[in-house]
Amino acid sequence: MMLKKLALAGAISLMGTTAWSACAFENETEVKILSAGFEAWKAVTDAMAECGNVQAELDQEFRTKQPAAFEANPSLYHLGGVSNGTVTPLLNAGTIRPLDDLVEKYGQNLQPNQLIRVNGQIMAIAMMVNTQHLMYRQDVFEELGIDEPKTWDDVYAAAAKIKESGKMDTPLGATMKSGWNLAQEMVNMLPGHGGKFFNDDNTPAVNSAEGVAALETLKAALEYTDPEVLVSDSTYVQQQFQQEKIAIANLWASRAGAMNDEAESAVVGKVKMAAAPMAMEGGAPATTLWWDGIVVAKNITDEEADAAFRVAMEGLDEEMVKANNGAAIWLIKGYAPGPLAEGAIATATANPAPPAYPSTTRMGLMHTALGNELPAFLTGERDAQATLVAIEESYTTAAKEAGILN
Amino acid sequence: MKFKTFFAFVAPSLFMMILFIALPLVSVLIQSFQITQPVMTQSEVETCTPGFLTQTCTTELKTVPVLDENGKTITTTEWVGLQSYRNVLQMDKVWAAIGSNSWSEILQIDFWKALRFTLMYTLLTLPLVIGVGLLIALTVNNAAKSLRGPVIFISLLPFIITPVVGALSIYWLFVGDGILTALMEQWSGTNISMFAQAWTIELLMYFYRVWHVAPFAFVIFYAGLQTVNMDTLESAVIDGANRWERLRHVIIPHLMPLIIFIALIHLMDCYRVFEEIVGFRSEAYVISLQWLTYDFLTPDDAGNRAIARASASAMLTMIGIVFLLILPLRRTWRDHKGGAH
Repeated sequence: MMLKKLALAGAISLMGTTAWSACAFENETEVKILSAGFEAWKAVTDAMAECGNVQAELDQEFRTKQPAAFEANPSLYHLGGVSNGTVTPLLNAGTIRPLDDLVEKYGQNLQPNQLIRVNGQIMAIAMMVNTQHLMYRQDVFEELGIDEPKTWDDVYAAAAKIKESGKMDTPLGATMKSGWNLAQEMVNMLPGHGGKFFNDDNTPAVNSAEGVAALETLKAALEYTDPEVLVSDSTYVQQQFQQEKIAIANLWASRAGAMNDEAESAVVGKVKMAAAPMAMEGGAPATTLWWDGIVVAKNITDEEADAAFRVAMEGLDEEMVKANNGAAIWLIKGYAPGPLAEGAIATATANPAPPAYPSTTRMGLMHTALGNELPAFLTGERDAQATLVAIEESYTTAAKEAGILN
Repeated sequence: MKFKTFFAFVAPSLFMMILFIALPLVSVLIQSFQITQPVMTQSEVETCTPGFLTQTCTTELKTVPVLDENGKTITTTEWVGLQSYRNVLQMDKVWAAIGSNSWSEILQIDFWKALRFTLMYTLLTLPLVIGVGLLIALTVNNAAKSLRGPVIFISLLPFIITPVVGALSIYWLFVGDGILTALMEQWSGTNISMFAQAWTIELLMYFYRVWHVAPFAFVIFYAGLQTVNMDTLESAVIDGANRWERLRHVIIPHLMPLIIFIALIHLMDCYRVFEEIVGFRSEAYVISLQWLTYDFLTPDDAGNRAIARASASAMLTMIGIVFLLILPLRRTWRDHKGGAH
């Protein structure tokens, strides 16, 4: 019995060593990474782990943990998985290091557009892009003879047609869960209507004609969505799609893969991805561009940073992308965009192109204010004008407290 | 007991209470009068974002914190008096709304919206919890001995379940086409959305809280029922008292201290209602005071948290609990003094 166990243990440890061969070097320094928990991160951290001595923590609460963990000295993690939304507190607190020398040493395989530069210095290595774009049921659209929607008006017209046909009661899905998700819809819609959030002196500028137009466009969705739309987040909308409850939604590109997951989707191969709809003719698609990538902590030794970066490069290599082509819209060499990536690519290459998510201190405060004040408008407690005033007041209070307004 | 012995026994607990309750409370009190901000400066920042195949670089004026030579953010702390309380309470708007007689406007301010729900929730669930708890206790007490064990076990289950898990289970049973909503739809023939308006969400919350807390009241009452004086009960029967009169004049007076005890615990617990809000995702319709504090404390993507307002909101919550407890505590105090003579 004992012998058997020993033999088994030996076999497993052998398997472990053969797995290392997938990595170009044998890592001897301990490397810890904290990142978000979605599929792409799992693929990358698994590839990194092949080098040995890598501890990956995949946690959806990463954005609350990261700033404090990187502020510690020595930092609790060597690497961080960030997005352009969550890198701001790290940049502001100066807890991540410039990567120019490391890129020069180990970054031969990186594409130029992966290098995220802030004031000329490389601060992060992007690995994938994400954006909210249009997904629709091609079969339903063809059957009813509806063209691919280009604007939000088209989307609502299509939704009306589907509802009329009696195929679905609530043909439109929307990530309007109050809080962050709902605020994000407004972050898409206001610039889409040509509006802006701030004046140059950090005072709010949402109370405008564009602001009203954006709110009205948002509210128009309620006619075609599930009545419980104010509790529906990305996962809920994804499930509505998979269960044939909805036919159109402006949803995250990272959710596209789930539409063709045979195990849980009833609509495999029926959902088509297209560019995010425009809020007005000739405008940019009403959405924002996001990237996810890797940063290296400042409060670690240079040797550790060296090892961590090398491990990261192994995680972001061609081999990993080829094995996980469908997991994300990779920026890494070797990625072959499939039909699921069409929507994101059409969105990103649109002319005029949608803006990147404007991640700044003031935008963080504005996002919270939007998330807290918009629900009252959608439930009908407040009209558009009063809502915009409430958003500005709520933002102003928070901005004064945070020290960016006097 | 000698004071020294008494002190030796109590000291560890006292020490822990001071360390983990009193000191943090003092610190929160202090922070509610202060605002700590990083020193900010405006600077031109060029940021590059990957598009597909190409990169777009934009230069904008960004407000960023200033770092000292050690790379730490420089912060300033100012005493601001009651400013954070004013920010939370927004009394100017309240007075304006009262002036124009529009109560609904008051309920659009987060704090008052939360207070309305929290108070109503606490006060309405209190009699329900006590009533249902007493009912289960009486039923079990009158049930056949062989049934008591299983019945007690089943009635205790909701209390054992972690609150967040309990709230989530109810959410999943009712959201969208959840099992119970689907059943109700089949039965009534109409389309029902339990999470599409405030009153149905609140109804589910009341149901959840009573379901979750009544077993606690039941256990306490059940223990109390075992000590009811049988002689008094028998003489009541001989005097011709019916079931209801026995309950009203013998059992309830006997259980009164326990009822007060449960009321105290329930008021304290329920005023801090939080799990329901998060579990039911009801933020768009219903929020509570404790959730408000949590919302202030949660950092946004840029790392900002409203610590000053969170402290003020926490202090206000505590003041609310103290007010609620005054009444039952005074009664206990009187009973205590009355019983001492």
